[in-house]
Amino acid sequence: MAHAHADHHDDHDHHGPDKGIMRWIKTTNHKDLGTLYLFFAFTMFFIGGMMSLVIRAELFQPGLQFVHPEFFNQMTTMHALVMIFGGVMPGFVGLANWMVPMQVGCSDLALPRINNWGFWLLPAAFTLLLSTLFLPGGAPAGGWTMYPPLVLQTGDAFPFLIFAVHLMGISSITGAINIVVTILNMRAPGMTLLKMPLFVWTWLITAYLLIAVMPVLAGAVTMLLTDKYFATSFFTASGGGDPVMFQHIFWFFGHPEVYIMILPAFGIVSTIIPTFARKRLFGYDSMVYATASIAFLSFIVWAHHMFTVGMPLAAELFFMFATMLIAVPTGVKVFNWVATMWRGSMTFETPMLFAIAFVFLFTIGGFSGLMLALTPVDFLYHDTYFVVAHFHYVLVPGAVFSIIAAVYYWIPKWTGRMYNESLGKLHFWLSAIFINVTFFPQHFAGLAGMQRRVPDYAVQFLDFNVWSSVGAFVFFFAQFIFIYNMLACCYGWGGRKRDLTDRVWEGATGLEWTVPSPAPYHTFEDQPQIGDDGEPVKVKATKTAKAH
Amino acid sequence: MKNAGRYRHAMRLGVVVVAMFGFGYALVPLYNALCDALGINGRTALVAAEALEAVKPDLSRTVKVEFVTTVNGSAPWDFSSEQPSIEVHPGELHTVIFNVTNHGDAAVGQAVPNIAPWNAARHLRKTECFCFNNQPLPSGEAQQMPMRFMIDPALPADINTVTLSYTFFDVPQVAAVH
Amino acid sequence: MLKRLQAAVMGSAVLGLLNTTAASAYLDTSNGWNLPTGATDIGAEVFSLHMWMFWICTVIGIGVFGTMMYSIIRHRKSLGAKSASFHHSTAVEIVWTALPFAILIAIAIPAAGTLIKMEDTRDADITIKVTGYQWMWEYEYLGEDVRFFSRLKQDANEARQLKSGIDVHQVENYLVDVDRPLMIPVGKKVRFLITSNDVIHAWWVSDLTVKKDAIPGYINEAWTNAKVPGTYRGVCAELCGRDHGFMPIVVEAVPQDEFDAWLAEQKGSSSDTADVAGTPKTVTVDESAATEVAAAGSPAVAADDAAEGAEEAADAEAPAETDLDALMASGETVYTRNCAACHQAAGTGLPPNFPSLVGSAVVTGDADAQVMQILKGKGMMPPFANLSDADIAAVVTYTRNSWGNDSGVVQPADVAALR
Repeated sequence: MAHAHADHHDDHDHHGPDKGIMRWIKTTNHKDLGTLYLFFAFTMFFIGGMMSLVIRAELFQPGLQFVHPEFFNQMTTMHALVMIFGGVMPGFVGLANWMVPMQVGCSDLALPRINNWGFWLLPAAFTLLLSTLFLPGGAPAGGWTMYPPLVLQTGDAFPFLIFAVHLMGISSITGAINIVVTILNMRAPGMTLLKMPLFVWTWLITAYLLIAVMPVLAGAVTMLLTDKYFATSFFTASGGGDPVMFQHIFWFFGHPEVYIMILPAFGIVSTIIPTFARKRLFGYDSMVYATASIAFLSFIVWAHHMFTVGMPLAAELFFMFATMLIAVPTGVKVFNWVATMWRGSMTFETPMLFAIAFVFLFTIGGFSGLMLALTPVDFLYHDTYFVVAHFHYVLVPGAVFSIIAAVYYWIPKWTGRMYNESLGKLHFWLSAIFINVTFFPQHFAGLAGMQRRVPDYAVQFLDFNVWSSVGAFVFFFAQFIFIYNMLACCYGWGGRKRDLTDRVWEGATGLEWTVPSPAPYHTFEDQPQIGDDGEPVKVKATKTAKAH
Repeated sequence: MKNAGRYRHAMRLGVVVVAMFGFGYALVPLYNALCDALGINGRTALVAAEALEAVKPDLSRTVKVEFVTTVNGSAPWDFSSEQPSIEVHPGELHTVIFNVTNHGDAAVGQAVPNIAPWNAARHLRKTECFCFNNQPLPSGEAQQMPMRFMIDPALPADINTVTLSYTFFDVPQVAAVH
Repeated sequence: MLKRLQAAVMGSAVLGLLNTTAASAYLDTSNGWNLPTGATDIGAEVFSLHMWMFWICTVIGIGVFGTMMYSIIRHRKSLGAKSASFHHSTAVEIVWTALPFAILIAIAIPAAGTLIKMEDTRDADITIKVTGYQWMWEYEYLGEDVRFFSRLKQDANEARQLKSGIDVHQVENYLVDVDRPLMIPVGKKVRFLITSNDVIHAWWVSDLTVKKDAIPGYINEAWTNAKVPGTYRGVCAELCGRDHGFMPIVVEAVPQDEFDAWLAEQKGSSSDTADVAGTPKTVTVDESAATEVAAAGSPAVAADDAAEGAEEAADAEAPAETDLDALMASGETVYTRNCAACHQAAGTGLPPNFPSLVGSAVVTGDADAQVMQILKGKGMMPPFANLSDADIAAVVTYTRNSWGNDSGVVQPADVAALR
């Protein structure tokens, strides 16, 4: 069967891909675009990672050794923009491109040409953004949060920044619309909403969040643009505006954005842990409800990012309580994962290792989040390295680890080849150890009084920064093991054979594991069906194979 | 047939996107309305003097009113109030003179008012203030600008100090640079 | 080659570690890796909230991670574990939803109580207006006619320049010391009115349990009440541009009588230099710096601000004409310390934010306008009114006669006339 599909793969007339570069430029195939998104995301992780190395090299010792403070600020600003909008978000969209159609049992996304357009906006956006590094005056340096009036002091890079954000926003929105339409209209018969895989569920909710908040960000940055060039004064006090209002609008986008970057990760972990625990996910329904409550709460907690701007007491109290409330559904998720592992029959392949590390380290990030929720104490944590440690714990061992876990988990399905398990384990241990070496000391630096976004620091913080810098360098270079391992699967390096079964993992469930490995370019010849037990109806699958 | 349904769905979501873009802009008047209703960002509307004639001063209570002046963007201006603070009875009208001197080129200034604590804003009544208009500041000239106000007797009993802040911005500079 | 580099890097790291332990305490009440317990009653409350939440998280963490580790160790396939089939339990789910909720309520209530106290700025004994500038702080004692700038101490400012060649470990209180600290009385409720001159800054002193944003056009209130005398250090917490990391805060809490004496002294010096333009508030002259020089004996080794003070003192006695060479020589020093970071040593600037001075209209045009711009600042350029007349005259002369510019001499007396 696998052989038949491999032939089919090259059949030019029959849904097969074009040859050469035009295949990738013109493709409307969800798998090709998924691959493009992932290659793009990892390129951006590399660029953003290089920027973080500039930051960590400068912070290795107090005093300025390598870069000017302006350039340092450009690095922190660009690192965040590149990692968030270029790495994590396209990474998740790439996974959704690959897996959502396969998991809901359809052959492509609903709007394939829009999908192509959405992807190719990204290289354009990041060419604009990264080109500012070569402009006189350099890249934006006012922080990724773009607070006025500081951001209005940006030089020639300013319009580039705004239009790049616009393009990224349009790209995300097209991706999100595509995913919502696909999930709601193209599911296999029998797959009711509460039978959908959790990765699909979390992405559905994420897509709604994207549709709701990306336009708000676009509005906010457009206001910045007109404030700078067209004499409006949305955010300038002298014209009746209010700089704090930008922060409110920005974080109205920004807090849901935080969940946009973590909900798909919840879906991935909820897929991987049951597979390797060989046990059904504990509390599927409560997982769905918890995801939905987190998404809802994300709209009413934004001001916890700005407790120090001087809000009325009542507002501070409200945002403190609402923020603490988020810990409840998040806690439910963590407890469910642990209950899934409890009395399972676990094995520890690389994706499982990353998923377990996710649960550990994301929970640590959640704990520091709870501490930050307490307004009176947040006054002291705010804008210190404690916050830096907190959000890197939820973004790196959180979002990024989940992307890595997902790639390990699904790459046998994508390429038909198994990755090297020893290299995978080596990559895991280096990553898991050095990510903690990098970010754990930053908690202490922050508590002891080191503020964010500074190129230099008082000598008292030296030890923490030395640890952080060493950890960051090792972590960065450890990722090349992963890149090699994955490319080896793509290109069959080292004589890797395509000899995998459909299911690949013993405990895997879901429609993607009913098709051959690698998955055919056009996944399902006949639409699969889901039975009342939530499992694919077997008869259909054999019929599909016979059709060839 | 099936495709048409998908496109309709996509279009509906597209409408949501446009609506949310509009919502981003709608947050501006919404925010201002909320701030005005609660007096959060310390803006107060001009009140006609006649409207305050009927207010009876509450002589049993004294409130300290402080004046804080700031020149934004290091403009070459001196800006200060004649008294740093005054003691008033709620319900009395008072006039305070602010002095401004421009040591630089001719400019237009705009004073932005702000009040602390924030919940006093609703109880400040101004019948006259230089902060309601742009102020021309000819080069080298000193000017006196009056501000006439009353603290409403309804000021919460636990507030005994009200701080009025005025920050003078250079308006053309704002238009040109920002 | 790589090995040598490695050795050098690790060597300096080890050296750094040794130095750290030798350096003086940064925040008086922090143990170096935790929040400070604070010099105020509120600070103690905040600290205990912090520790309570930490221990709650630790206990939950031990429970969750312990359970997880137990199943990772015991429930593995290689030990022959067979997977159970349960996947749902309403009772358990209700418990682990309700329990965290109850715990959160229990901690939120005291937190709300502390927050209410922190926001109560009434009945202050003294009010200080704090204004953030790119990149320094201005303090004004309301109603006291005392007002001054506070910026990064000169020795640290020199050491922190890129590749300065100065070992920052040798600089006392590197990056956390200022030329003029803010003085407050001990045991008194001090209210801060915080605003900004340009972009958003944040005034933060952990020991005093204050962090509030400084927003242009707006005033924010905060307060503290230091229980113990001491030097409390802080920094700007909100990204405010290039030198965000270089605008520290130092607050000296002293007994009331000492504070009164200090304040009276400041007022005296303030009226001495009454502004020609008639403004009641002027930047006060740091006279203590001048005495420092006398004590040190040798101006050559004294810190820059002390040297400035000495020149100022000299000015006050004899406002004599200074010749071009002397102005150029001291002008270069002043320029390097105060201007070169933006306008560059060769005067070329870093356009578009930091304009070039080579042939610029400002340094070839009206000298008075240039002096005013230095005294008052312009746009992103902060005012440098805290420099002495001699220094300003020197630096103006230097810029007007360097890099091919040739636009005449400015004397200290010219500057004095413009103040």
